[in-house]
Amino acid sequence: MQELDTVGQGSVRITRKNDNIVVIEKDLITEQMVLAMGPQHPSTHGVLKLECFTDGEVITEAIPCLGYLHRCFEKTCERVDYPAVVPYTDRLDYLAAMNTEFAYAIAVEKLLDIEIPRRVEFIRVIVAELNRIASHLVAIGTYGIDLGAFTPFLFCFRDREIILGLLEWASGARMLYNYIWIGGLAYDVPSDFLKRVKEFVNYFKPKAVELCNLLTENEIFVKRTWGIGMMPADVAINYGWSGPMLRGSGVKWDLRRNDPYSIYPELDFNIPVPDGKSSVVGDCLSRHLVRAYEMDESLKIIEQCLEKIPSSEGFNSRSAIPKRIRPKAGEVYARAENPRGELGFYIESDGKSTKPVRCKARSSCFVNLSAMKDMSKGQLIPDLVAIIGSIDIVLGEVDR
Amino acid sequence: MKEGQQMSQSVKESEAAYNIIQEQFGSAISVFDANETMPFFEVLDVSRWTEIALFMRDHTKLKFNYLACLSGVDYPTEEKVGVVYNCESLGIFNHKLAVKIRCSRQGGSIPSVAYVWHTANWHEREAFDMYGMTFTGHPDLTRILCPDDWVGHPLLKDYKVQETYHGIKVPY
Repeated sequence: MQELDTVGQGSVRITRKNDNIVVIEKDLITEQMVLAMGPQHPSTHGVLKLECFTDGEVITEAIPCLGYLHRCFEKTCERVDYPAVVPYTDRLDYLAAMNTEFAYAIAVEKLLDIEIPRRVEFIRVIVAELNRIASHLVAIGTYGIDLGAFTPFLFCFRDREIILGLLEWASGARMLYNYIWIGGLAYDVPSDFLKRVKEFVNYFKPKAVELCNLLTENEIFVKRTWGIGMMPADVAINYGWSGPMLRGSGVKWDLRRNDPYSIYPELDFNIPVPDGKSSVVGDCLSRHLVRAYEMDESLKIIEQCLEKIPSSEGFNSRSAIPKRIRPKAGEVYARAENPRGELGFYIESDGKSTKPVRCKARSSCFVNLSAMKDMSKGQLIPDLVAIIGSIDIVLGEVDR
Repeated sequence: MKEGQQMSQSVKESEAAYNIIQEQFGSAISVFDANETMPFFEVLDVSRWTEIALFMRDHTKLKFNYLACLSGVDYPTEEKVGVVYNCESLGIFNHKLAVKIRCSRQGGSIPSVAYVWHTANWHEREAFDMYGMTFTGHPDLTRILCPDDWVGHPLLKDYKVQETYHGIKVPY
């Protein structure tokens, strides 16, 4: 809506008559009101505060205030050994802890330059993709709640529970696993684990379709998200967006394919990108669709891994873990495709110490959220909720 | 990089990109460090950094349109703090290159690139928050993770936490 560009000067009222007619009245006498949304607001998905400057129903500016969940991750990293950082990385993106550990392990392994056993790589990919599905289920379920649909949330959490059960069986913890270690895994998976994963894949395939019918094709849901929170591809890249957010803007970019790591080059999967038929490319609905379709791709990846995984005979999940982890002097920036986008670790080693000199986590949510100020300009207040939900933030990763 | 060792493809791409920048800016930038894990160069003439960044973003053969990461770093032995930028050409050339800049530990400043890459806006605020260097030309250089009235910059190696904050004892 071009007319909304003048909203900054205030005094605009927007009314929606019916389907496609929007009436914009200008030069009304209004007053700017500051509305603090959060830090304890359910639709901010954690302790995020949005300082909204509103003019009637229209937001002239929404400024995100962060730091409520800052736990000095980077300072802590400089005080502990390399392997001891792993549990802290869990607490960054606590909805996808396997993926976060995976990214950190890749970064340190690049510095160490060690070979990882193939079975370890397969197990890592299986648990990471399972965790990706679990994370997307939370994203989709809570997005439904943000927009007033409670039922899909229950469906999502029912299926997520099965994944958490599986991962708990493998690692001993429900959410914060400490399972993927530098150079290996904490344990091999239990003997029947792969069979149960297979059962889950077969179980979840029809459920994913059911979820689509319930939410993605729901008319109310589509109306609340269609054309809202538009982000053109070039601006998204300039903002450093990644993951489903960037793909929602129509950029076919997935680190699993474009900057491959682990065994992803051997696997066959698609990168879902909105085609502009069932959504406007770059809107909230596109981002939601990318997440919904990505779950199917993750299932595909898991199935292929289950077929190709080497047997556990004579396998020791800790065989490649060095006795003393002390990388040679140097720096590395390594990243992995997380459910929320590119999670990168910049690690500097001095070659003498067993502790990183510097360990910076490049958080995907932090970067994705930084576009909030621009995206919220001229939006209605209920649409703001739709936009925050579509970014799918985890405050543990934003604030670190 | 050891003598005789083969350079990998990605490092070669980074070097090709570096050569274009080197041709334009000459002695303003350092020699290319061709290590395997993160090939980088350093900006020696700090005042020209915005110019270099714009050149990197807009040159037809470079197109570094994506700033993946921006990390502040402390170099206490040299009395300096610095910033590491991880740039990348997303979807066009796929080459990557890291850029390093250092400035004085006391009151040092670095030109802001928040208008070149929007990503830098929050990342520079974070670097300022954690290390205390200022970014000249930044639209809104305030603390981002710590409270506005926090004392000191936590990620400096010699950081001492304040005794009390609003009457609350801080060190536990």
